[in-house]
Amino acid sequence: MKNTMLIVLALLCFSVSYAGGYRIALQGQKQLAMGHTGVAVINSSELVFFNPSGLTFLNEKFTVSVGANLVFANISFQNQNYGWHTEDKNSAATPFNVYAAYKINEWVSVGLGIYTPYGSGVEYPKDWEGSHLINDISLASIFVQPTVAFKINDIVSIGGGPIFATGNVNFNRNIDRTTTDVNGNRTNVTIDKTGITAWGYNLGLTVKPTEKLTIGVNYRSKIQMDAKDGEADFQNVPEGGNLQGQFDQVTFDASLPLPAELTVGASYAINEKWLVAFDYNRVYWNAYEDLDVEFSNGQSSINPRNYKNSSTYRFGLQYNATPRLVLRGGYYFDESPVQSGYFAPETPRNDSNNFTGGFSFKLSDRFTIDASFLYIHFDEVEESYDHYQENGQNISFGGLYKNNGFVPGLGITYGF
Amino acid sequence: MKKYLYTILALGLSFGCQPEFNDPINEVGFYTSGEADFSNYVAVGNSLTAGYADNALYIEGQLNSFPSMLADKFSLAGGGDFNQPLVADNLGGLLANGQQIQGNRLVLEVTASSQNPAPIEGTPTTDIANHLEGTFNNMGIPGAKSYHLMANTYGNIGNLPAANPYFIRIASSNEATVIGDAVAQDPTFFTLWIGNNDILGFATSGGIGEDQTGNLDPSTYGNSDITDPNVFANIYNELLKALTANGAKGAVANIPDVTAIPYFTTVPYNAIPLDEATAAMLNQAYAPYNTGLQQAAFLGAISPEEATERTINFTVGQNPVVLLDEDLTDLTSINEGLTNMRQATNQDLIPLPVSSVLGTLADPSDPNSVIGVGVPLNDDQLLTASEIQLVVTAQTAYNTAIKALADQYDIAFVDIQSLMNTLAQGGVSFDGGTITNTFGTGGAFSLDGVHPTQRGYAVVANNFIRAINSKYNSDLPLVNPGSYPTIFVK
Repeated sequence: MKNTMLIVLALLCFSVSYAGGYRIALQGQKQLAMGHTGVAVINSSELVFFNPSGLTFLNEKFTVSVGANLVFANISFQNQNYGWHTEDKNSAATPFNVYAAYKINEWVSVGLGIYTPYGSGVEYPKDWEGSHLINDISLASIFVQPTVAFKINDIVSIGGGPIFATGNVNFNRNIDRTTTDVNGNRTNVTIDKTGITAWGYNLGLTVKPTEKLTIGVNYRSKIQMDAKDGEADFQNVPEGGNLQGQFDQVTFDASLPLPAELTVGASYAINEKWLVAFDYNRVYWNAYEDLDVEFSNGQSSINPRNYKNSSTYRFGLQYNATPRLVLRGGYYFDESPVQSGYFAPETPRNDSNNFTGGFSFKLSDRFTIDASFLYIHFDEVEESYDHYQENGQNISFGGLYKNNGFVPGLGITYGF
Repeated sequence: MKKYLYTILALGLSFGCQPEFNDPINEVGFYTSGEADFSNYVAVGNSLTAGYADNALYIEGQLNSFPSMLADKFSLAGGGDFNQPLVADNLGGLLANGQQIQGNRLVLEVTASSQNPAPIEGTPTTDIANHLEGTFNNMGIPGAKSYHLMANTYGNIGNLPAANPYFIRIASSNEATVIGDAVAQDPTFFTLWIGNNDILGFATSGGIGEDQTGNLDPSTYGNSDITDPNVFANIYNELLKALTANGAKGAVANIPDVTAIPYFTTVPYNAIPLDEATAAMLNQAYAPYNTGLQQAAFLGAISPEEATERTINFTVGQNPVVLLDEDLTDLTSINEGLTNMRQATNQDLIPLPVSSVLGTLADPSDPNSVIGVGVPLNDDQLLTASEIQLVVTAQTAYNTAIKALADQYDIAFVDIQSLMNTLAQGGVSFDGGTITNTFGTGGAFSLDGVHPTQRGYAVVANNFIRAINSKYNSDLPLVNPGSYPTIFVK
């Protein structure tokens, strides 16, 4: 069993892309299997993420959940006018999470969460038709969240904790559609910065008006990731364009918001066997107005994004089939924050329908295996990014995009 | 447990499948070839077909030759592989048994104070003695005139310099002809764009060659001569007969105006800026010549009109260059000083390379030897109005023949003449602006001023595609000119 987890952990590479924008909603196997509901589901230490206040309602004295997902996210692109067709290079990625909760007494619980709620990993064939917008990107973030929860009375509990976020960015694109060195090698720039850090917080409220009904509210703050003095590596710059060495040893500053998210939801235990849950997420994506990269040589690259706030509607079911086996299923509708005309190929995603399933199997009194599966369905969409400029002129790049995603996940829960 | 993990992994791998479009464009049947069959496309022509640019044939140019762009779109509608005789490097120069016989490509050399086209440094590695085996879909031979395509000495290295180094590299035998090697590939579709050099050699040499109209034996032509239009039409007919013998469909393109290329439109006829004092001094210097002309007119040796045409006069501002015109009446028997001088008019064209000598001193120790002012331009340094007329007459006849033969053989016709005139008069718009024939910045023409840039070739390719779609009811997509580079900065 330990070996298995080691293998899974060895596959971790922290960078994935899926769901609206660069949000990765994969914060726990049990809740993912239920459509990633969980703000009002008292199941496990996954509550550290979903709603810290719920920890006080857990039965276990101590519980730990560890899990990881394998993300296979794929993008197909075609443009009928020019006969272009391109597929991204499918690289699997493995977001992970670790949650622990400890009940100090009836009224106070503490917890710790380590999870990866934002990231993106897309790689197109080098010099593809949209290479002036992106060749490849890898965004990764890890959140570490110590947590405390207080039960105010038998009905109401509050909880929260600070979030320490650390992140990396690596982004490569060609500087325009045509510039090359004399041998035809496209001039491109890679911006790279590791170890970006920032702080935020996570707050929650749980209300249990009856034994069967649970209501939850959770708010996770915006976290602004500021990359300072990152490396900007320009390649294949023509000598004649670099007379003053203005493209040598360049650094950059850039800023990327990890937007705030508000969740409200409820769960209802129909009977001993059945539990239903509903969550509504609002992600405040309007924080992402543009990707503004300022280079140390005085140049800048301003890329309007103009994201809009988006909602996700989640529905989950849990069925206690036997004392050892719990089955879960769910569905959610995920609104894309990307507006028409801002469809940049780094996150070319429209609204998606998401189907989830999974189970927990009790190996022993203390160990449980949690498995989940997510299938993300996107309709194909005719869209473009219209805000790239050459010589002061907006040049549209677009076509038909289609995405899909397959995300199996596996975790283990230990508790007593 | 292990088993379970493997199952998950196996599932995961199978989920790496790419989303499928409802109508994938790369699936057979999305684009149709209509009545054409693109499965084996062979392109026949000259440098324009080869992908020549910046005064050389180099790999990057070949990869984006217009036939290569066409083949890329054909591949969406049943087209097969398109094999090109790539040279060995991006320097573009040629060697013959180690000796350099063709210069390197031009690149823009940028310094803090200047931007000038100059040959890129380096020793080329393409030796024409290294014969390429196999067949090539791109049979564009830089320098070829119409009749060269049927000449069985054109690929024989022993026949240099009359033979063609580019054909020598790929000719199937010493006796091979370009058209023979093309037809031997049994093409199902062809493009033929030939005839540009039948007038261009004359034009770029400043009209020093002969107009061979009336001479039906091309083996007696020099490189700077104008090909007889009847010879041209006969050859063109033979070429099309050979290319269509197996029922192949194809497209032909006509010959653009030489006056539409930056090689002739960049240097203005009135390139000499003068202040008042200098103008007066020069007028004084030319006074004896002007007086001599009046005397010659008085004597009846020339007409009063010719005397006026030849009178040299400078004023403040931009002044026409002084040139020698062989078509003027020779007066040197009357007076040695009365050479065939006149000032240029806006009907005369000054070739691009002259810009590097115009205004410099022919004799560095003589301040009065400014080329184009004190020292007239030579006949090979300009194309006069009467020389242009010879070119236009031949070109008009060629284009009439090309159109008539395209109709006769019922193949697609591409009006590149109109396209090039559009580039010269307003330009062709694309998603990043407008492409014009302006030298250096216009985007259509490479640094040699004669051959298109890759973006220019993209515009050419689009005109071929439109003509092919229209003729054969195919629906090939266009190329995006904005995706192709223009001039290269070193």
